[in-house]
Amino acid sequence: MAASKINSTTGIESVDPGELKAELVAKYPTKVGRKRAKQIVINSVEECGEVPEIGANSRTIPGIITQRGCSYAGCKGVVLGPTRDIINLTHGPIGCGFYSWLTRRNQTRTNGPGDANFMTYCFSTDLQDEDIVFGGEKKLRKAIREIYDNFKPKAIGIFATCPVGLIGDDVHAVAREMKEELGINIFGFSCEGYKGVSQSAGHHIANNVLFSHVVGLDDTPSKGKFKINLLGEYNIGGDAFEIERILDEAGITVVSTFSGNSTYDKFANSHTADLNTVMCHRSINYVAEMMEKKYGIPWIKVNFIGAASTAKTLRKIANYFEDEELIERVEKIIGEEMVEVEKVRLEVKSRCEGKLAMLFVGGSRAHHYQDLFAEIGMKTVAAGYEFAHRDDYEGRSVLPNIKVDADSRNIEELRVEPDAERFSPRKSQEALERLKAKGFRFKDYDGMMPEMASGTLIIDDISQFETEKLIEKYKPDIFCAGIKEKYAIQKKGIPMKQLHSYDSGGPYAGFKGAINFWREIDRMVNSKVWSYLKAPWQESPELTATYAWE
Amino acid sequence: MKRADYVSTTNACKLCKPLGACLAFRGIEGAVPMLHGSQGCATYMRRYIISHFREPMDIASSSLGEKHAVYGGGANLKQGIRNVMTKFGAGMIGVATTCLTETIGDDVPMILREFRKEMEQAGEATGLPPLVSVSTPSYSGTHMEGFHTAVRAVVDQLCTGDFPYEESAEKFVNLMPGFLSPADLRHLKEIVADFGLGCVMLPDISETLDGPALEDYEKIPAGGTPISGIKRMGSGVATLEFGHTLEGSSTAGMILHERFGVPLHQSGTPIGLRETDAFFKALELASGIKTPEKHALEKGRLVDAYVDGHKYLFGKRAVVYGEEDLVIGLTAFLAEIGIKPVLCASGGNSGRLRGCIQRVTAGLLEPPPIVAEGADFRKIEELCEEVSPDLLVGHSKGYSLSTKLGVPLVRVGFPIHDRFGGHRTLHVGYRGAQMLLDRIVNAILEKAQKESPIGYGYM
Repeated sequence: MAASKINSTTGIESVDPGELKAELVAKYPTKVGRKRAKQIVINSVEECGEVPEIGANSRTIPGIITQRGCSYAGCKGVVLGPTRDIINLTHGPIGCGFYSWLTRRNQTRTNGPGDANFMTYCFSTDLQDEDIVFGGEKKLRKAIREIYDNFKPKAIGIFATCPVGLIGDDVHAVAREMKEELGINIFGFSCEGYKGVSQSAGHHIANNVLFSHVVGLDDTPSKGKFKINLLGEYNIGGDAFEIERILDEAGITVVSTFSGNSTYDKFANSHTADLNTVMCHRSINYVAEMMEKKYGIPWIKVNFIGAASTAKTLRKIANYFEDEELIERVEKIIGEEMVEVEKVRLEVKSRCEGKLAMLFVGGSRAHHYQDLFAEIGMKTVAAGYEFAHRDDYEGRSVLPNIKVDADSRNIEELRVEPDAERFSPRKSQEALERLKAKGFRFKDYDGMMPEMASGTLIIDDISQFETEKLIEKYKPDIFCAGIKEKYAIQKKGIPMKQLHSYDSGGPYAGFKGAINFWREIDRMVNSKVWSYLKAPWQESPELTATYAWE
Repeated sequence: MKRADYVSTTNACKLCKPLGACLAFRGIEGAVPMLHGSQGCATYMRRYIISHFREPMDIASSSLGEKHAVYGGGANLKQGIRNVMTKFGAGMIGVATTCLTETIGDDVPMILREFRKEMEQAGEATGLPPLVSVSTPSYSGTHMEGFHTAVRAVVDQLCTGDFPYEESAEKFVNLMPGFLSPADLRHLKEIVADFGLGCVMLPDISETLDGPALEDYEKIPAGGTPISGIKRMGSGVATLEFGHTLEGSSTAGMILHERFGVPLHQSGTPIGLRETDAFFKALELASGIKTPEKHALEKGRLVDAYVDGHKYLFGKRAVVYGEEDLVIGLTAFLAEIGIKPVLCASGGNSGRLRGCIQRVTAGLLEPPPIVAEGADFRKIEELCEEVSPDLLVGHSKGYSLSTKLGVPLVRVGFPIHDRFGGHRTLHVGYRGAQMLLDRIVNAILEKAQKESPIGYGYM
């Protein structure tokens, strides 16, 4: 009965995070407990912005129900999933392909009836016993020919699943061979589910292949005066459409998004942009880094989640281009958009202020969405990522100190050199210095923890048991995670917002997205529907749950 | 028009084998399904099953990595089981293999034997729940094979006869319903109870995957087949096993028959009048009483509705797709009500679908419908060009085909993730047939009304 000085129905002050942490860790066997102790951290932000170290990106403990997925999910499902005209062929038994069949609610907008969109399709080699015994390469070749004959796509990506790597099928050799035979771009991804510790490994693999097989193939100068790429935005629920709307209005051209609403041609041409803006640092920073080295495109961290964050991001982009007209236009847009935004924000704030939120999701969402909650006066008391690394928590300054373990070493790190013909620094050294002097920061991300209050609880790869304890102790007004957690949490009487698929809602990015999100949170936390379902502590406040081992 | 069969699969009409095993394990009281393989399998299947049921669905994983793929996953599996035991207080752990562990050749029964031994040596064996293992490589068979294999494994490994045989006062039947909706299972239990019989239904997801809102959340949802019930299945008066495609194969019911001499009645999934009649007849036989009035009336009303609905349905052409036994049941039903099933398709490939379809449509449909076994939606779509259907009957994955064809889709089976309450769809019994009939007639009426230039208010 630790951390039980609770008498109000909500109230962060009454929970002692130190006691709670001790209680969580004590429930595990010694070795597991030691590991979890590193992954459960009480936040404290020093004046210089320094935060405590957190254990992240390490192997999940077997038998703990984790939120995490696999390398294949990160590669095929997350990064390549939202591109409409590359045919994604899963090389493996049927499950992997089936479960990643547009389940992430990525949206795309074709340029008319002739424009290819394969996102509603699910292609698989559907390996059978005999393929496992005799090898699946023959079937893979045939499948690629069939796809080519039927759909004539611009490109085909082959995704290796667990058994493929084990039986020794060489997806890369088949890709090369078929590329030659068919004359279209074909590339393989060694994203077997057992690689790495989470979907994060798959993001890296996807980034490497896109970078080495697609980016830079089309040198046609892209149109527009202010050309950027939007990296790590996957157009869930139409987020990219809202961002594109705003950027369009500002006269900023998006050459390519990685990879919401994207196409093969846009990837191929993306090296002609003059700035890379990074939304989800975790899943895509590799591409940003490599494009800077090879082509000289600087990158900055941006965030379009939250109205104030969107405004800040727009100003950041405009300042980068150092164009007075653009700066003015951006200010005008912000001014206009904020009228409706503020109206809704204040209205919703009046009903949500002081309520508590918890976010355990993704590799950037748990950070970004805190901005939206903060704008309506809601406090984030605990947060964590599913698959992020230390730099996403503590900021990129810790990068040199991150220990590379065996699991990370198994994921290829590409060696990138400046391209002999295409490398061109987008900004002169002088311009860069000028911007830096004005406080402009390139290739930098402070991470989630420095922006969270001291005393909040940060938990990496949260387990189901920990989720339950947290809810019991903090009694949050809303919990954000994914569909797997949704119904378990709602059975406890806590509204649960899906931040992967948005509960069929969205967009939540940009100005209109902020309004959507606030309306949704207002509906969720203030709905009468919860009054039919009383949480245990509402019935009898002194109650604490008993667990199997107690 | 005809082309050689594709080797690749486009828009599959089947799910993978371990998913079926997890569903079956979930229907056992206190059981936690566990996958031996990469954690992605558990995560994908959880999110998929949850999208249909809108209920919590926990599947533990041994979370193997690259190292374990090389050296074997035994240690991880043991550690995982330990954690599932302590953190969940599992009443049973059902371990299903995956492509990864099947390919590397992990011997799960042996690992479990070792684990038991280690627990015994450590003096911890008393806390050990039953551990059931099943081999479910996704490269052989569909989720339905996984489901049936898991049910068989449970009976095989738990009904070992060491449970004291009771001359129980209550007569009970064993019921192996196959993969039906929670609403179906509740209805089946109601029917059996109305015959004055006890019932061990295996598995029973009626509560575990359609539970009430709770004042006190339970880690493992209440409900499911009690382990004690499973252990005494050998003393049942009969086993009723649904699914024409299972007939004569080595099923859970067959084990009970061979091991304990429990009479086995295999029949089709009771969808529609005739297949439900067969089920009621088996119950009359097992109970020695006639069909209770309540159900006779329900049947009477159904027949009445068949007559009333006939004018809307006669000659309408339907495409039915999904799991083989569901397709067989639905086809039998559709043929009864005057609809002409023109194409029966399944991703399943037991080799029995064609024969079963011919049997259930004999005398009603000449010629019998086209049957596509091991089909994907590309194949179904191509065949639709030949058969020009008026409606589709199947799960959510037929949605884009139905919009392309401009015909209604009546959603049944699994998965239904673009409608609300899919898991509460009632398919079985006279009552289920009645509900299906109403929905189908209304889907046809809705289309007719929408397309009518006059705007009739009376249809």
